[in-house]
Amino acid sequence: MKILTDKQPRVEVDAILGSAVRQDIEHHMHHYPDPRAASLDALKIVQKINGWVNDAQVLAVAQLLGISLADVEGVATFYNRIYRQPVGRHVILLCDSIACYLMGAEHLAAAFKQTLGIEYGQTTSDGRFTLLPICCLGNCDKAPTLMIDDDIHDLITAAHIAPLLESYV
Amino acid sequence: MNTQPIPIYGDAATANAETKPLTWRLSRASHVLDIDLYESLEGYTGMKKALGMTPAAVQGVVKDATLKGRGGAGFPAGIKWSLLPPIDGGPRYLICNADEMEPGTFKDRLLMEKLPHQLIEGMIATGFAIGATAGYIFIRGEYVQAAKNLNAAIEQARAKGYIGQNILGSGYNFELYVHTGAGRYICGEETALINSLEGRRANPRTKPPFPQVAGAWGRPTIVNNVETLTNVPNIVLRGAEWYKGLAQGKSPDPGTKIFGASGKVKFPGLWELPFGTTAREVIEHHAGGMQEGLTLKCWLPGGASTDFLMPEHLDLPMDADTIMKAGSRLGTCLLMVVDQTQNMVSLVRNLEEFFARESCGWCTPCRDGLPWTVKLLQALEHGQGHPDDIDRLTQLTKDLWIGKTFCAHAPGAMEPLQSALKYFRSEFEAGIAPVASTITHA
Ligand SMILES: Cc1cc2nc3c(=O)[nH]c(=O)nc-3n(C[C@H](O)[C@H](O)[C@H](O)COP(=O)(O)O)c2cc1C
Ligand code: SF4
Ligand code: FES
Repeated sequence: MKILTDKQPRVEVDAILGSAVRQDIEHHMHHYPDPRAASLDALKIVQKINGWVNDAQVLAVAQLLGISLADVEGVATFYNRIYRQPVGRHVILLCDSIACYLMGAEHLAAAFKQTLGIEYGQTTSDGRFTLLPICCLGNCDKAPTLMIDDDIHDLITAAHIAPLLESYV
Repeated sequence: MNTQPIPIYGDAATANAETKPLTWRLSRASHVLDIDLYESLEGYTGMKKALGMTPAAVQGVVKDATLKGRGGAGFPAGIKWSLLPPIDGGPRYLICNADEMEPGTFKDRLLMEKLPHQLIEGMIATGFAIGATAGYIFIRGEYVQAAKNLNAAIEQARAKGYIGQNILGSGYNFELYVHTGAGRYICGEETALINSLEGRRANPRTKPPFPQVAGAWGRPTIVNNVETLTNVPNIVLRGAEWYKGLAQGKSPDPGTKIFGASGKVKFPGLWELPFGTTAREVIEHHAGGMQEGLTLKCWLPGGASTDFLMPEHLDLPMDADTIMKAGSRLGTCLLMVVDQTQNMVSLVRNLEEFFARESCGWCTPCRDGLPWTVKLLQALEHGQGHPDDIDRLTQLTKDLWIGKTFCAHAPGAMEPLQSALKYFRSEFEAGIAPVASTITHA
């Protein structure tokens, strides 16, 4: 592992992440006995800059935490809420688990795809929305349910789609 | 049948700390976020009592109360804690499993969003009992509000001296952090959770060593569910006998449980009820019965990874042994209610798509077997199944069973499938293509 770390190209962390982001990550590093534990926190903090995490940022995170690029990349690619390619300004997560399925989630997903003109995993051509499925949001009593950015929306039907999208510019 | 939604704590007039220990405060205020309000409602009294006892005595009460884990497996908490090695002066950790991603489960979210101090109190009391030097609440990333409320509550508790060094002069030191996840259901499996907390891919670890011996950063670690930990202060405060009495003689499992119902009922929701309550009472009384014009076809007792049960099981007391004898598992006790119009092949396909997508990919039977299961179900769903497909599915339920895969994820996936094959075989048979088209497909 050490060998890999030593061969990693050195980068200017602050030039890539900015000092505020670096400090935020360093704050999280203090929560754990080993800085590696902050790798998900770090990727999530970095992701707030542009909505996704690019190659240079992964390298900067690895260097800041003192772990190998492969380790950070391994984490970044494992977790579905870390995006390694560009996404829209708003990410729509449609719950497709059983309670929402029973309450019509598949029809709702079809309506979303049609309204936005995209499939799951795609971004609208104006760069506004990315559409993704997600497992149970723990909101099953208000199914079907979805999340846009950090907001949960309850009891959604096809009629809600247009006004809902309007509120995310 | 009930015509009004019933609040979680039941009847506001009778809801009290003795009968609804986890939720009675919500009958006084719909959110108890502020520490002063929480303390005016008996908050932090259980923790304070615990700090005046010896750690062994706190563990003893919880063991006597036979508190069972609420994360799905039902392992007794007191016994889990007693498997820790003796204190050696080094760090040891308490982790709260707040990953709640089991489809159909939404209880921990409520406990954390509306009563964050109750969980924090439970973690301090438990941390003291097990000698934990630090605690982590591992909460799924989508629970934004819950994480916010917990962080705010931790700051309030710290300001009161309940978290930090020498808590209330007891000599006990405890730090508490909220760690937010970034997706993947497997993070809920306790050894995968530890890997994830350490900043690794969430693949499960080999057991033994169990986390009690070598968990987070190789140190002794206890992982307990949100609901398990919230029970601890009440048990310390009122004692083991009171706790056992809560089930009202209805069941061998002590205490109350957050029950729930979702799916095709009139009023989906959550209710704190004694173990041993029947599914009929939950569905017909608390959830208001089936939606207009629908009849019950089958139900899942506690999440996607439990076996389906039938209408004839509605009057069984919901406790671990009874539900196991009926061929399923209690799981999380949040019922998923399915009506007669639902095709079971499609429903099971939906469930298996979830499990296939959420497989961590570590072991081959699960990584390859689950997508294969989905493919077979998709073919049957579209009337294009092969005559052998039902046998193949049956074989898969054996090949992905306990002991054949690295963790309990794949066996969990097989539970709804095997029970659907048992009770609704004709619906699977109906998906087999007529002979002529089978030949062209082959
Ligand atoms: C695939 C899988 C997912 C799990 N997800 C959760 C979960 O989201 N929350 C939880 O508390 N337990 C979950 N568990 C159970 C945990 O492994 C563990 O048993 C539990 O956290 C122990 O806490 P308890 O004894 O207090 O129930 C899961 C288990 C498996 C196999
Ligand atoms: S059973 Fe599935 S989830 Fe569990 S280790 Fe194997 S691949 Fe991962
Ligand atoms: S199944 Fe959609 S929120 Fe639970």
